[in-house]
Amino acid sequence: MTTVSVDESFTGRVYPPNGTTTVTADAVRAFARAVRAAHPSHHDAEAARALGHRDVVAPPTFAVTLAQAAEAQFITDPAAGIDFSRVVHGEERFTHHRPVVAGDELAAEVHVDRVRVVRGNAMVTTRTELTLTDGTPVTTVTSTLVVRAEEEA
Amino acid sequence: MSVEDVQVGTELPLARYELSREDLAAYAEASGDRNPIHLDEATARSVGLPDVIAHGMLTMGLAGTVVADWAGDPTRVLSFGTKFTAPVVVPADAPAVVEVTGTVVALDPAAGTAEVDLTVTSAGAKVLTRARAVVGLT
Repeated sequence: MTTVSVDESFTGRVYPPNGTTTVTADAVRAFARAVRAAHPSHHDAEAARALGHRDVVAPPTFAVTLAQAAEAQFITDPAAGIDFSRVVHGEERFTHHRPVVAGDELAAEVHVDRVRVVRGNAMVTTRTELTLTDGTPVTTVTSTLVVRAEEEA
Repeated sequence: MSVEDVQVGTELPLARYELSREDLAAYAEASGDRNPIHLDEATARSVGLPDVIAHGMLTMGLAGTVVADWAGDPTRVLSFGTKFTAPVVVPADAPAVVEVTGTVVALDPAAGTAEVDLTVTSAGAKVLTRARAVVGLT
């Protein structure tokens, strides 16, 4: 087994928001269907309003759609040296500061919290802070990817 | 879900989901994660996988649905994290089965929260470990 080449000096790097994304009701509904989330507040704006929300609310893991798009800035950065074909998902965590609701305009800032090589595999931990455009925190998404070492030929 | 209804040891009802290749395609579309290892058998095998596998985030999403349904309002799931330890293999001819159960492992009466441990298995293997959610109670 050989050691993967991932640039550990990327630890601490921050990728500022690359524009904003507006969460649509259609995106919330499609994601909810895909994860079998049948709760009416995902699908019906009236049901969401009855629970005190402005519009349909996102399932607990919906924020991954915005986080993964933002993390790609780092993961696909040729300088970081990550071989995407050898990447597997190690860990994922969501901390919700406020619900994600259709109509939210969100910005994603990616922090590279840790890059380290363990037994030849690289572990890459990113933290994506999703905020409203006025800076209000919405969700913190922490993701650890494992870049598997090549088998020795 | 109110605080009177919950105690340490309270169990969430078992949920059983079937995942077909079409379900993976729908998740890929809805999430934007179109990695071909979830969609194309030849690609999956070329990187050493036994077959097409489900997105780890799809499995985590199903577990999130179980907690949200139990909470009664999805926005009461305040935090949710997991480790991915085994793939969910999805053959072409029969759906994969994912089973989710959960147990309340801690209560914080001051914060009004319950901590739920989820057990997520497929084909006899634990696919998520340390799957834990914090739920706000009323």
